[in-house]
Amino acid sequence: MKEHDENRMKNLLKLAVPPVGGEAEPGRDLWPDTLRRLDARPARVPWFDLALAAGLLGLVAAFPASIPVLLYYL
Amino acid sequence: MHNESSDVLNLFRQGDVGAFESLFRLHQRSVYSWVLRIVRNPAAAEDLTVETFWRIYRAHARFDPARGFEPWARRVATHAALDWLRAARPESVLDPEQMEELASPAAGDPAIAAEIRLKTAQAFGRLAPKLRIAATLAVVEELTAREVAEALGISIAAVKVRVFRALRLLRQDLERQGITP
Repeated sequence: MKEHDENRMKNLLKLAVPPVGGEAEPGRDLWPDTLRRLDARPARVPWFDLALAAGLLGLVAAFPASIPVLLYYL
Repeated sequence: MHNESSDVLNLFRQGDVGAFESLFRLHQRSVYSWVLRIVRNPAAAEDLTVETFWRIYRAHARFDPARGFEPWARRVATHAALDWLRAARPESVLDPEQMEELASPAAGDPAIAAEIRLKTAQAFGRLAPKLRIAATLAVVEELTAREVAEALGISIAAVKVRVFRALRLLRQDLERQGITP
């Protein structure tokens, strides 16, 4: 791409996607949300998911031939 | 450039929430403005400002007070915005109505047909996020290559390459649609 083509593309892009520029103010105070985020505990894995995973591992250990079938349905 | 005392920065490094709140109050606006320039969506920019400060607090022990808070916050914000751009669908990134709201009054040019502007914006939205972010900051927001490089954590040469590739791909996309820029 030649330099004048590059400049034309830049101008077109600036017209299509106008600059936001300058300092903008959020619509609300974001500190309460930030504090809530800090206090949030990491999501815990439900016991049912753990039991399901353990069951699948047991199945795979007992019947290795089932691995392709499981992979097919995943 | 905001000034914060070295005491506040050192306390923050130790994980002090009061010091973190002081830094939050001081930099909330600049982080929000920076993210808005990248994602161009006020609601997403608010969420990403929260995400940015959450990431900042999580990494407080790695903060180096000698290098300043603002450049670090800007880098963290840029990566949070990049993650958002990667996850968002292109159409949600460049909504013409939102762009209209965000547009500065001088941006409209009657000589350029609205349809071409819309197709250009849509084609821009289809670019890879890492190219789009470089072009947004360097071309649209007219920041220097050094500022963009610092925010993205890449070299100035890499910024120039990304901007060039973005413009070339944008041009090719428009040409495929029968538009000769």
